[in-house]
Parts: sequence; C-alpha cells; structure tokens
Amino acid sequence: MTLDRRAFMLSSMAAALAGALPLDALAEDKPREGGTFIVNLEPEPSSFLFNSNTASVLAAQVVEGLVAYDANSKPIPALAERWEASPDGLTITFHLRRGVKWHDGKPFTSADVQHTVLEIVKKVNPRAGTAYKAVQAVETPDAYTAIFKLSEPSPAIWAVLSGTEAAILPRHLYEGKPPLTNEWNNKLIGTGPFVFKEWQRGDYILLERNPDYWGGRAHLNRVRIKTITDPGARAAALEAGEVHYSPFSSVAPSEVARLKQVPGLRIETGGYGIFVPHFFFDFNLDRPQFRDKRLRAAFAHAIDRQALADKVWFGLAKLATGPIPSAQAATYTADTTQYPFDLKKAEQLLDEAGLPRKADGVRLRITHHTMPYGDVFKRVGEFLKESLKQVGVEVELVNLDLSQFHRTIFGDRNFDTFSTYYAAGADPQFGVLRRYWTKTIAKGVPWSNGTGYSNPALDKIIEASFTEVDPVKRRELLVQFQKIAQDDLPSINLLELQHFSVVSTRVQGLSTFPDGYAKSFKDIWLQARDQV
Amino acid sequence: MLRYLAYFTQRLIQVIPIALLIILANFFLLKLAPGDIADVMAGEMGAATPELMDTLRQQFGTDLSLPMQLLHYYAKLLRFDLGYSFRNGMSVAALIADRLPATVLLAGASLLLASLIGVTLGWLSANTRRNWLKNTISAFTTVGFATPLFWIGLMLIVLFSIHLRWLPTGGVEDVDAEYEGYARVLDVIRHMIMPVLSLTFFYLAIYARITRTAIKDVQRLDFVRTAQAKGLSPARVSVVHVLRNALLPVVTVTGMQIGSILSGSVVVETVFAWPGLGRLAFDAVMQRDLNLLLGILFCSSLVVMLTNIVTDLVYASLDPRIELK
Repeated sequence: MTLDRRAFMLSSMAAALAGALPLDALAEDKPREGGTFIVNLEPEPSSFLFNSNTASVLAAQVVEGLVAYDANSKPIPALAERWEASPDGLTITFHLRRGVKWHDGKPFTSADVQHTVLEIVKKVNPRAGTAYKAVQAVETPDAYTAIFKLSEPSPAIWAVLSGTEAAILPRHLYEGKPPLTNEWNNKLIGTGPFVFKEWQRGDYILLERNPDYWGGRAHLNRVRIKTITDPGARAAALEAGEVHYSPFSSVAPSEVARLKQVPGLRIETGGYGIFVPHFFFDFNLDRPQFRDKRLRAAFAHAIDRQALADKVWFGLAKLATGPIPSAQAATYTADTTQYPFDLKKAEQLLDEAGLPRKADGVRLRITHHTMPYGDVFKRVGEFLKESLKQVGVEVELVNLDLSQFHRTIFGDRNFDTFSTYYAAGADPQFGVLRRYWTKTIAKGVPWSNGTGYSNPALDKIIEASFTEVDPVKRRELLVQFQKIAQDDLPSINLLELQHFSVVSTRVQGLSTFPDGYAKSFKDIWLQARDQV
Repeated sequence: MLRYLAYFTQRLIQVIPIALLIILANFFLLKLAPGDIADVMAGEMGAATPELMDTLRQQFGTDLSLPMQLLHYYAKLLRFDLGYSFRNGMSVAALIADRLPATVLLAGASLLLASLIGVTLGWLSANTRRNWLKNTISAFTTVGFATPLFWIGLMLIVLFSIHLRWLPTGGVEDVDAEYEGYARVLDVIRHMIMPVLSLTFFYLAIYARITRTAIKDVQRLDFVRTAQAKGLSPARVSVVHVLRNALLPVVTVTGMQIGSILSGSVVVETVFAWPGLGRLAFDAVMQRDLNLLLGILFCSSLVVMLTNIVTDLVYASLDPRIELK
C-alpha cells in the first residue's frame, strides 16, 4: 500500500491530537463506576469468618485488619495508621485510624482491637494463633492506641496482622458470646468497603458498596457471590459471562487449556503468593516398616515429579525442593538433599532396606489415602500407584471424604501413607513447621504432624525460630531446619501447586499481590461489555 | 365424607410412632459414618489445635454420649424445634423453609409436565395403529430414561446458554435485574425451563410405559367390550372407561415420586445451581451436619407418609371397589 503525502500528514496530525488528549478520553483506562461483580466461591463458605479459603475472600470485603500487605508482603496502613515495636520485640504499639465507623454506625476504637486479639484470634484461630500466643495483654491508654504486650518475641506476628488471619471485629457484637457460634458471623458487621446485605444459602450472598468507607468508595455497586457446585456448570457460567471471577482453581486443571482459548476469559495465577499449596507424601512412622530411611528415599526416587506436574496438573505446579516453598523467599533455600527421579537407585535402596522382590515381583504392599479435595487428587493417587508399582511396591488406593480422611489419618492413625497439601502461608510457622514439630503430634487434630515424626534436635531449631527477632539469625535457623527435614525425609515434598483463578477479561484491577486472593474488591471495576 | 375424615385421622395417628422410629434409625445410621462436624470445620480451617477441637465439640454438643444426644434431639422435637445447624449458623426449620419453595417449584412443575406428557404419550402409543409413531414414542422414552441426568443438563446448557445465549445457565432468578411482578415471574420461568425439561425427560418415560401397559391390560377386559357393544364412541370408551381404570398404577407411581420430591433431584439441582433441598441434604452429609440431615430426613418421611395416605384416598375415589378401612 502506498501512502500519499496528504494521507500521511492527516494521520500524523490525528496521532498528535490523540497524544495531546487527556488519558480519560481514551475510556479504557478510566475505571468505570457501578455494576455488579459476580463471583463464584466453591465450596460455599459456612460463615464469613474462621478461615476456610473461600470465607477469607468473603470476609476481606467486609472486615479489615490493623495492616494490609503490599506487593512485597510488607505491612502498610489499614485500620492502624502507624506502629512501632520495641527493640526487644516485647511491645508493639499501634496508632489507630480516627473517624472509622462500623457498618452499624458505632465508632471503631482500641477496645475492638483488644477484644479481637485476646478473645477471638488468640483463642479460635488455629494458624495465626501460634503467632499470637505470646501476646499477654493489649493495653488501651486511649481510644486510638493499642499496645500489644508480649511474653516473648514473636516475629511471625508481622505476617498475620491483616484481615485474612486477624480481622478486627466489633466488640459490641462479640463480647460475652462464644465467637464460633456468634450469629453475627453470618451477617458480619465490619469497617470494610462493602456491607453485607443478604445471604440466600446455597444460592447467593449479596454485598453492597459502603458509601462511608474511610479509604474512598469502591467502584462496584455490588458484589454477588454465587454458588455453583458442579464444575461443568461452573465452566459454562464463566463462558456465558454470567460469572466474572472464580478463584481457587475451581475448574479441573485439564480444562484450563481450553478455557484460555475462550474469548472473554483469562487464567490468572497471581494473587496466591502467600497461599502456596505445598503438596507432599507422608509415611506413618508409627509403623516400623517405614522407619528405614532408605525405604523412604527409595519412594522419593521412584516418583517422577516432573511428569506428575505436567500430566496431572498440566504444568500448574513446580517441583518442591524441600519443606519450605520458594515463595517464602525470606527463609527458603534450595540447598538441600535432592531425590531426583531414578528407578535404579530406588530399586537398589529397597534391596538394601531388606525388601527384595518376591516371586510375584512385589516387595511390599501398602495403602495410600488420597486428599479428599476432588478428582484431581484421585488422579494423583493413580499416578503414585503406577510410579511405585515400577519398583515393586503395590499400592492400594483409599479415597475418603474430608471427615473420614481426618478420622483415619489424624484420629485413628490407621493408614500406611497419604498425600495432601498444606497451605504454607506467609511464614513457615503457619503451614510448614507443624508437619515436623513433636508438639504438633496431636491425636484427632486435623492437619497436624501426620507422620508422627519426632526429632529433638529439630524441635530445638523449630522452637528457637518462633522467638528469634533477628531476621538473619532466624533465616539461619530455618535453613538448618530445611536441611535436616529434607535429609531425614519423614515426608516427601513433592510439588508447589499453583492456584489459579478464572477471570472475565472485563475485570480490571484484580490484585496479584502475594495475598491478593484475600484482598477486597474495592479497586476492581468492570469494563463495559462492548469494550472487551 | 365423614368416612374419609375418620380414616384420615386414624392414619395420621399411626404416623407419630413411625416417625419417631425413623428418627431413631436415621440417627444411628448417620452416626455410623466416621467423623463429626468438628472434624469438617477444623479441616476447612486448614489447621487446628486440641483445645480448638474440644471447644468445637462442646459447642456442637457432639462431646455427649450417643443416647444423651438422641434424648436431647427427641426433647427438642417435642417442642417442635428441629434444632440448629452449626455449619450454616441457622435453625434447621428456617433452612428447610428457605429451600422448600425452590424444590416444590422444580419438582412440582416437572412431575406435572411429566405425568401429562407421559400419560398422553402412553395413551397414544396404546391406541395408535401407526407403527412408526409407536416406535418413535418407545425410542424417545427409552432414551430419556437411559440418558444420565447430568449429561442432559450439561448439553442443554452448552446449547441454550453458551451457543445460542437464550437461557441463563443456572439459579432461580436474575437477582441483579431487580424484576418485579410479571417480569419477575417470566424471569423465574426462563430459569426453570432447562432444569424442568431435564427432569421431565427423565420421569415421563416411566409414565408413558406404565400408562401404555395398563391401557393394554384394561382394553382386554369384558366391560370394555360391553361399552363398545353399547355403541359408545371409541373416544369415550378409551378415555372414560379405559383410561380411568388404567390410571391406578399411574397414581401409585406419582405418589412414590412426590415422596422423593422433598429429597429432590441432587443431580439437577447441582448442575443448574438450583438452591433446593436435595443439595442441602447432600451437603449436610458431606459436612456431617447431623441436625440438618435429621431434620430433612424427618420432613421427607412425613411427606412420604402423608402422600401414602392421600394416594390411598385417591384410589378409593378412582375405584369404588377399594374400601377404606
């Protein structure tokens, strides 16, 4: 095509004009006000509170913590405007934001902080509770100052001050009642950008914009959380544009490649930095046969983890190098004993462990309990069964529902091996150390130390890390922990799973920060249908 | 009329001990499943401590002995209290009442449609001499009965929601549109089309087949020949004389299906995100929400027993030879 001089002049003039126009005129970059953001949460939360994955998404819209976290997981002001800690780590002072009101109009004060920390977080939050254990008192010299008094330092507390683990709740509604069964858990009153409106169980939850939010009004008019239990129907609703956002890998990994091709949809893997489902294979060390380290190492060598990541998770996973996931960069090290895929080595180790192949080629028969979180974990079980069969270990798979799984593994301890993931959290203290610590061997307590592994030397390191204030020294301790844990191998660390969300391309402003999944939708806006 | 009323009261009194027995059986059956609601809730939190487990069990009352738990439940029932669902943070009665309209709407519409279309198809198939029509009806009903419900549902969604974009994929109504009055009714009907069609397609096979067989049986009886010999028109014979007598087994089936209405169709409710009782019960099983599950089972058993009584009454009015005792 030839371009004559006149056309060239015209087009360059147009370009110059466009450049001179304010950005707003281009429409696409200016947040559009209004609209209803439709979100699918599966499973439907049982209440706003208490930390199921999906409840944390719901709660983040209505309640807030003292701080929020930025892209590097550093605390930034939320309900507290500023804070200081004493050098010994035993006193932390929070200066609270003034003029914040609960959704029912009552003022937010330091009394709310005091009650929430001492009576709720410390008592009923099983994860963050470990970091708050040292908090002995919360002093409230005036309505806008809250001073945490600790019996010993607790550096991990800086990772769990946001609404995800320690949402500040209104004292006037929670005082004097057991928090887990408080009626307000279902119609939560908070300080956040959205106000609870209506909950039709099994159908939807409706939230509306808080017009008086201290941090400025949200773009969206409303948020509607819709329950769609069937994975096929969920994918269809996303394709039809009836749902804008579905977090926590709510469609099968095998569907992801197809959904990526659907116009109007995208797959977002950001926003799960502090969640990191760390997937592992545990042995029941109560049973003598698994106490031989060579046998455990043989299992590790027999599993082709790359193939597991590619074939079962379609690439939405990467190899774990040890107990701490790489996302916890402050404490992670890759310098640990590795067990690369090597069938010969595995066979050799099993021979050495005194488990020769018998006449039928079988060395050992064991059971394996798969994680009760859907079909993909059953497929993992089948993969593991095939892998171990190659080295002469016959695996019988057991698929149970969540409740039975807990009873069998953590209650009756009637199992050989199981595989599952723990969300590693923002710090190893929440989702990693409890897998290896002697004090978390607790009969009947779900998601505790499932192997029954106990190593006094390692316990000392773990306990020292709880109170070490110096980040460099704390890292040294946790590096040591990783080396010992990976060398002793009570549990095989298989994969760091990658959670993903299915998102409509109309959605703008979705957070990809490490705790993005549990951030409020305040900055989200929906592009007009015709602009996509 | 008085006879009907006496019979009804007598049967109603019998319902009470049966209901109590049903609760007893359900209670122990449900307790056989390992794990309780505390396991599930702690499991969803992703972590737990022994103290938290104790607190949970104390609050949910699952730390008591089994007979004590059962006694507590009976005591509550006598006060017409179905208990509290800790999982949902609501009273069981309120939860069931919330879901009942959606369930009745879905099941009622599909049963009505299935019985009307099914009986018509069965009647057509029994009376037509055209083989192609017989075969088509037979093929249609076999396919309907043999196709898995979830598959029909998903295929309808793919066709009507994704490709044609005529119908919404699920739910009862479009809440954000804030329709009122007539427009709201239309909106609900739009949402009902696919789930009702799926269920109807499945159920009508039974009606068509039973009606056809019953008609064939009745057509051979002497009184039909008498009616024809009297010179009555073929249409009158086949509708008033044959069909009325052939309807007895259809009534039986309808009675049985109404009984299963309350537990609903889990599959259809799941695929179409229809907030009915079936899914509520299904979730209650998975979450070991004992109070809720007992409540739903208790209500369904009441409905089953009541429909049985009504079915017997309908028998008596359809066929005077059947006596109420």
